[in-house]
Amino acid sequence: MANPHHDDTAPAMRDDAAAPARSETFQNPGLPPHVPRRADGDPKAAKRAEIQVVVLFTLSALASIAFVVAYFVIDPDLKGYLLGIGEINLFHLAIGVTMGVSLLGIGLGAIHWAKTLMPDEEVVEQRHPQVSGDDDREAVAQTLSHGWRSSQLNRRSALLGSAGGALGLFALPIVLPVIAGLGPRPQGLYTTNWAEGTLLRIDPSGAAIRAGDVTQGSVFHVMPDGWVGHEAVEEHGAEEAMIAKAKDQVIVVRLDPSLIKSQKQREWGYEGIVAYSKVCTHVGCPVALYEQQTHHLLCPCHQSTFDMTDDCNVIFGPAKRALPQLPITVDGDGYIVAAGPFREPVGPSFWERERPGLMGVE
Amino acid sequence: MTTHVPQGAGHLRTDETPPERPASQTDQSSPDAKFPGALVWADERVGAAKGLRFALKKVFPDHWSFLLGEIAMYSMIIALITGTFLTLWYVPSMGHVVYDGDYVPLKGVGMSEAYASTLDISFEVKGGLLIRQLHHWSALFFIVGIALHAARVFFTGAFRKPREINWLIGVVLSLLAIIEGFAGYSLPDDLLSGTGIRAMNGFMMSAPVIGTWMTFFVFGGEFPGEAIIPRLYIAHVLLIPAILVGLFVLHLALVVVHKHTQYPGPGRTNDNVVGFPIMPVYAAKAGGFFFVVFGITALVSALVQINGVWVYGPYDPTQVTAGSQPDFYMWFSDGALRLLPGWLEFTLFGTVWSFNIFLGSLVLLPLVWVVLGAYPFLEAWVTGDKREHHILQRPRNAPTRTAIGAAAISMYLVLALACVNDILAIKLGLSINDLTILFRTMFFVLPVLVFVVTKRLCLSLQRHDRERVLHGNETGRIVRTPEGRFFEAHEPLDEFERWALVDYDTPTPLGLTQGPDVDSRGVARRRGPLAGAQAAVSSFFYKDAVTAVTPAELAAAHHHGEHDALESPSIPQLGAPVNDSTGDDDFSEGHGSAVQAPTHHH
Ligand code: HEM
Ligand code: FES
Repeated sequence: MANPHHDDTAPAMRDDAAAPARSETFQNPGLPPHVPRRADGDPKAAKRAEIQVVVLFTLSALASIAFVVAYFVIDPDLKGYLLGIGEINLFHLAIGVTMGVSLLGIGLGAIHWAKTLMPDEEVVEQRHPQVSGDDDREAVAQTLSHGWRSSQLNRRSALLGSAGGALGLFALPIVLPVIAGLGPRPQGLYTTNWAEGTLLRIDPSGAAIRAGDVTQGSVFHVMPDGWVGHEAVEEHGAEEAMIAKAKDQVIVVRLDPSLIKSQKQREWGYEGIVAYSKVCTHVGCPVALYEQQTHHLLCPCHQSTFDMTDDCNVIFGPAKRALPQLPITVDGDGYIVAAGPFREPVGPSFWERERPGLMGVE
Repeated sequence: MTTHVPQGAGHLRTDETPPERPASQTDQSSPDAKFPGALVWADERVGAAKGLRFALKKVFPDHWSFLLGEIAMYSMIIALITGTFLTLWYVPSMGHVVYDGDYVPLKGVGMSEAYASTLDISFEVKGGLLIRQLHHWSALFFIVGIALHAARVFFTGAFRKPREINWLIGVVLSLLAIIEGFAGYSLPDDLLSGTGIRAMNGFMMSAPVIGTWMTFFVFGGEFPGEAIIPRLYIAHVLLIPAILVGLFVLHLALVVVHKHTQYPGPGRTNDNVVGFPIMPVYAAKAGGFFFVVFGITALVSALVQINGVWVYGPYDPTQVTAGSQPDFYMWFSDGALRLLPGWLEFTLFGTVWSFNIFLGSLVLLPLVWVVLGAYPFLEAWVTGDKREHHILQRPRNAPTRTAIGAAAISMYLVLALACVNDILAIKLGLSINDLTILFRTMFFVLPVLVFVVTKRLCLSLQRHDRERVLHGNETGRIVRTPEGRFFEAHEPLDEFERWALVDYDTPTPLGLTQGPDVDSRGVARRRGPLAGAQAAVSSFFYKDAVTAVTPAELAAAHHHGEHDALESPSIPQLGAPVNDSTGDDDFSEGHGSAVQAPTHHH
């Protein structure tokens, strides 16, 4: 059916058999009579409208000039105070406002002009159904079929198969190097810079920590020796230093040993001093907020809450796993050092986390 | 094919010029008309006049809700212009520098070149801050504009045949817009945006099977690496804008092909479009509106500081600001991440399934857009409607759809609010645990409530419309008859006002109209396996629909006290005076409805 939607009598909307017959519905009354505006009949009103438009356009031109003046005259660092906004850069304010007025003047002027002086009688354009006529479809069918036959695709199936195959594969030489060149295969997810004997250094000062300095309730954000501050950047380059920060960050606190619930947690700590990875096991934000009274560690990103006294298990929020604990001890000089590396990957979960073999790691 | 609009008291101004109007103001013949010399050159080469002849006369209906798409369009243009400016100074590099610029508090701090150059744009490039502000504000207006525009299209049924393709294009545009926004937001490499990238890294890691590979390929290695900013940059300034602009042009082209939809109203039919021609009215209004949008964006940028990146400091993986939120359009995803409980992560055969993470990110985002894209096709399947639609539906006249849309918005809002649960908890003095549990419950309960309430509201608005058509507008005037009865005087609707209220139809549920085995033409129907489901959903959609008033009902309503007069055999013709049996009112005068007997049938 070429014109499924064809009805010579308006309102031509219902060609559905289920719709009620026309005598049962109202008839479209046609456009209402035009009500003239003030400016249509009254030359004074029209003149007033014209003046308003001219004023708006003039305002715009003046604002543009004011912008240029402000740009060259006002000191870019000039600060001022604006009621309701507070301290503000006056240069920024001046060029922004003049730009705004320059644009608004044109816009409001044009719209006011259109509304008051240009014709406000609506006009009617006819629509036609989107569907093409039968002859169009027939012509296309003819052309397609002709093309198919004259290229001999209907008879020579080897052509079809090989052309299809070639077209299907040609993108590979282009796409493969792009995709495969994007990045290295996953690696480094099971290791950090922590090893047996690595000194804990406060970030960013770089100071080492004596066990005696860690008083009850104090909190230290630490990094492994050699990975703190500007020196890390100089020694390893900025990229390595950033990756190290993202993985190696550790938080150290001292708890009342009687509060510690798990034997393992006590053993991996030193006289109630415990060290945990600061990388949230949810999606990796730093778990930076330590609440002294409750001994809760809170991640500001999605509020996962870890209980320090319970081996940093999750007590609230979207994270599933406890924060990994870094085993620590004290070296000959009384400084806190790692007793070994992390025993599990730090940070967010990933597919191969429990089976390093899948990633080619033993 | 020609279609006539019946002539009422008004007229169609297709071929007559109102006498009071000077000729130059109409699109009819002007005595001094001359083909512009400047166009002759073009016309001789590309036949410009042929195209312009019709293009300049294109008619656009006028309605405030049609401006929403324009806001999106103009904001995109502003973002394109200001973004191009930013590229002149912005350095897309994560290379390390020690800051030595004008902003004193950060002097001597190590940071990426990207962040340092953003500081330079803000403090050293004269007017650079204004351009950054314009860019960010226009990006936000762009996305708000898209959302409101899409809502308009949804709630008025503008996505129905033949506009499904344009709906799909719009859906892709909206997805690209927020990806573009996210990419741009990440470029300054400040603490806040870096935290967003950290979260993105975590989402990608959580994907089953390919998570680590995908992450390493996108980041060029371990997080954060030095590749992600340059890559987001090229996506932000070239790849996505190119696709955005291409799709957007297609979007507009299809609007021209289909011609704009219009709201029901006198003179508007499914076969015409009533409005203002491009030349000059629409051009002046739309062109003016561009300047208005731009002007307002400039004023907002001058007065309201957004994304003052110098406050946050450079990105550092060991630091985070409390209360960190992404730009608002990503809130729903971040909120979902906050609500999904940790027990959704488990290990199966040694492999990790982090449903708590990928459901709220990698699944949620595509899912939302797939559902959006599929909606027109689902609805068409449910309604069995294959007609072309050019007259919009008032949202109340599609109660089930409106309720679905409102329910979806409520789900979105719950997720978006969950993203600020920490801030809400502090502001409202509630525990964040309670708030989270509340949001989790609301996510499932609120949509149901909103659905029911919205649908009831639509139905009662529809009944109210019927009341108005049947009994006229309330005037608030109480009239006393000589017999001592009191009436509130009602003003009957004129035929123009009435038409806008009755020009809609409510399909009957599929299973009912077409019978189980036979279609409307009496031909045996092939019934697919889903036919039962289709009929059930169709009945869910339409079973309690309120239908438009018919002339017969209107006539019956004029018989006072005879509320069952519908059964009366005479169906009056419109316009023919109806002889009211009680004789105390008729069409041409205001008629009252008895205050003592307010029970009108509907
Ligand atoms: C059309 C949609 C676009 C959106 C939604 C968008 C969004 C954003 C956002 C939110 C930012 C962060 C701004 C800030 O606060 O600093 C940004 C930055 C940026 N955008 Fe766009 N943008 C768009 C188009 C473009 C285009 C077309 C270009 C270039 C041709 C561009 C170039 C840039 C540059 C260079 C930056 C970084 C500079 C800076 O942040 O100060 N943008 N974009
Ligand atoms: S990253 Fe810590 S809760 Fe999400």
